[in-house]
Amino acid sequence: MKVLWLQSGGCGGCTQSLLCSEPRSLFDELRDAGIEFVWHPALSEASGGEALAVLEACTSGELAFDVLCVEGAMLRGPNGSGRFHLMAGNGRPLTEWVTRLAGHAKWVFAIGSCTAYGGFSANTPGNPLEACGLQYDEQTPGGLLGADFRSAGGLPVVNIAGCPTHPGWIVESLQKLALEGMADTDLDELGRPLFYAGELVHHGCPRNEYYEFKASAEKQSDLGCLMENLGCKGTQAHADCNLRAWNGSGSCLRGGFACIACTEPGFESPGHAFQETPKVAGIPIGLPSDMPKAWFVALAALSKSATPKRVRDNAVVDHLVLRPAIKKKGGGK
Amino acid sequence: MSRIVVGPFNRVEGDLEVSLELEGGRIQAAHVNSPLFRGFEQILVGRAPLDALAIVPRICGICSVAQSAAAATALADAMGVTPTPNGLLARHLIQATENMADHLTHFYLFFMPDFARPDYVDRSWHAATAERFTAIKGSAAAEVLPARASFLRLMGFLAGRWPHTLAIQPGGSTRAITAGERIRLLALLREFRSFLERRLFGDALERIGQLASKAELLAWADGRAGDFPAFLKIAGDLGLERIGRADDRFLSHGAYGLFPAGTWQQGKTVAFAPALITEDTERAWLLADQPRHPAAGETIVAADKADAYTWCKAPRYAGRAHEVGALARQVVAGNPLLLDLVQRDGGSVMARVVARLQELARLIPAMEGWVQALQPGDSFCAQGVLPDEGSGVGLVEAARGSLGHWLTIRRGRIERYQIIAPTTWNFSPRDASNQEGPLEKALLGLAAGEGAPPTIQHVVRSFDPCMVCTVH
Repeated sequence: MKVLWLQSGGCGGCTQSLLCSEPRSLFDELRDAGIEFVWHPALSEASGGEALAVLEACTSGELAFDVLCVEGAMLRGPNGSGRFHLMAGNGRPLTEWVTRLAGHAKWVFAIGSCTAYGGFSANTPGNPLEACGLQYDEQTPGGLLGADFRSAGGLPVVNIAGCPTHPGWIVESLQKLALEGMADTDLDELGRPLFYAGELVHHGCPRNEYYEFKASAEKQSDLGCLMENLGCKGTQAHADCNLRAWNGSGSCLRGGFACIACTEPGFESPGHAFQETPKVAGIPIGLPSDMPKAWFVALAALSKSATPKRVRDNAVVDHLVLRPAIKKKGGGK
Repeated sequence: MSRIVVGPFNRVEGDLEVSLELEGGRIQAAHVNSPLFRGFEQILVGRAPLDALAIVPRICGICSVAQSAAAATALADAMGVTPTPNGLLARHLIQATENMADHLTHFYLFFMPDFARPDYVDRSWHAATAERFTAIKGSAAAEVLPARASFLRLMGFLAGRWPHTLAIQPGGSTRAITAGERIRLLALLREFRSFLERRLFGDALERIGQLASKAELLAWADGRAGDFPAFLKIAGDLGLERIGRADDRFLSHGAYGLFPAGTWQQGKTVAFAPALITEDTERAWLLADQPRHPAAGETIVAADKADAYTWCKAPRYAGRAHEVGALARQVVAGNPLLLDLVQRDGGSVMARVVARLQELARLIPAMEGWVQALQPGDSFCAQGVLPDEGSGVGLVEAARGSLGHWLTIRRGRIERYQIIAPTTWNFSPRDASNQEGPLEKALLGLAAGEGAPPTIQHVVRSFDPCMVCTVH
């Protein structure tokens, strides 16, 4: 399976993240699955005219490829000209290259939330860059390729959303395609592969005991749950970040900071400060999406009154001050 | 006189184009173009100040932590807060992990593959170099990627993830390291040290750190197995110590409490005065008036401006272009090996690569020391209060050089946010007085065009450019 990769209005972080793929070398893993890069701007040898020749051959259909991976928002400005990103050495807008190449690709992958939904570039007040995703303007279907776009393989754009994406999300999406193909039923309503977007960041969160008892962190570096005060959206964000480790053993929550829901369209402009939880009458808005609010409030009140001292005290410091008690021999029933 | 346009440049972060005017196959003039505009300074305006910590990492996927650290430093400056000792050590460790991973990625994945090109097939070293360094397929990539991923596991502990962490805060870090994790961090550093000593250097890191002159370096490398000695052999054969010289004016913001801030030119180190920085927008597709200090800077698009050729501003220090990066950092810090290289032949492709790799050899032992100095149980994060009105400056060193953030807060919101990234310095365009940027200077006189060896590729990549930062 041949993969052609382009970068536009993004930070290159999804490629940097991809290179962290573990435990095998990314290149070995891909090679053994029969996956190769036709061209990748950060990794291939071909530069300048050689690179442009490869891209031209792909555009004309002379050089067949299977997957077009695009990383970064599509910049249509100023005034629809696409001049905010012209292909180096060639002078044509990246939006034009992507549109033409998408017509020759069996499948199109949007690598990262910028490419999927528009990213921070689309969140400048007034969107002067005229930025969008490949098939979305934030939550609204459309984007550069249009709501009705289907690649030759019959799928809409596959949105491997995340800022950045987890290396496993990309590598496993490519391998799934190479081994058994992909169908609409493998994607959620926003075009994201269900194998990772079918979970919530909350699942497997190491702070779940604090969540259960609503023992909340009050300031940065506290050990408690980050939902009530510090802006965490783990109960609403679709991703398996706490089931699949980042960089060996990490995740945002494990790093001690809030999930900002970077796999969701529009996460860039939440309408409140990222590290603060907006509240109405002391109750956080944006409760877990599938939980009735009245039940949440009732359960929260109950669990707060049942919070063990250990959990309550540990929640507001940055290292454990009370250990779980050890049951004494014969002290049971 | 003929004119050619070269691009896209692979294996640089982001998009780069260079226009060259040639006379007899030699470069008479170079214009460096960053053909992508990103507009992050506008994204930040009107936001809550601490939102900068979530937004600025997304400027750059390869130096996201450096961007975080600059924002956290600027916010801390505005808040009047000082990180706790643990918080400061954690920040040094997080920054050093990113910077050292970048040096490794640059050498193995971005820089060395050019010597595996068929252009060099008649060189004695070509067969071995192609086996080891061919892009994607070479034997080095298969070893380096797992070593890099394993090293970046430090970030899993210290910063939650990489890239794009929110762990770095004005008062330190959100992630307190436990006593047990301290042991894991040391084990990861030992694992990385072992890779570097076996494959990159073929010697102990401390020995590389002690090399103090060009003669010592070459005597040490002679006949030694290892990827760094292999590079030095190629560099000697191709004369890379005489290629890629800019103006030999260097600038560093200083890093980790190990390398001091300063500027260097004509053999002299001078104290660094941030007030002397200006940005000129004469040749960028941005509205131009007087060059401004970044605390008063503006970024207003003027896409149809005549005579402009890039989205990159032209930063100047005391009115002059300056080179930044590992070489600048080490020269300013008085490193004897790099001073010797620069005083003999000037800043060069070889000196920039040597500076990066020697820095790698010196930083890993320093990181081991910082981990040991962590005091589990003591605070990792000081708390502070943001003023409704105020300003702050964050000056740090990314892998590829000096990064500055200038922030103004008005009525509790960001009123102005200006950024100067390392590659903005190095790949600066001309300014109003037609003074070239460092890369534009470094390319002069080199062979280019039909049939020329890939020399300009080496020069461009010797700066380890990051174009996405440049055009933030």
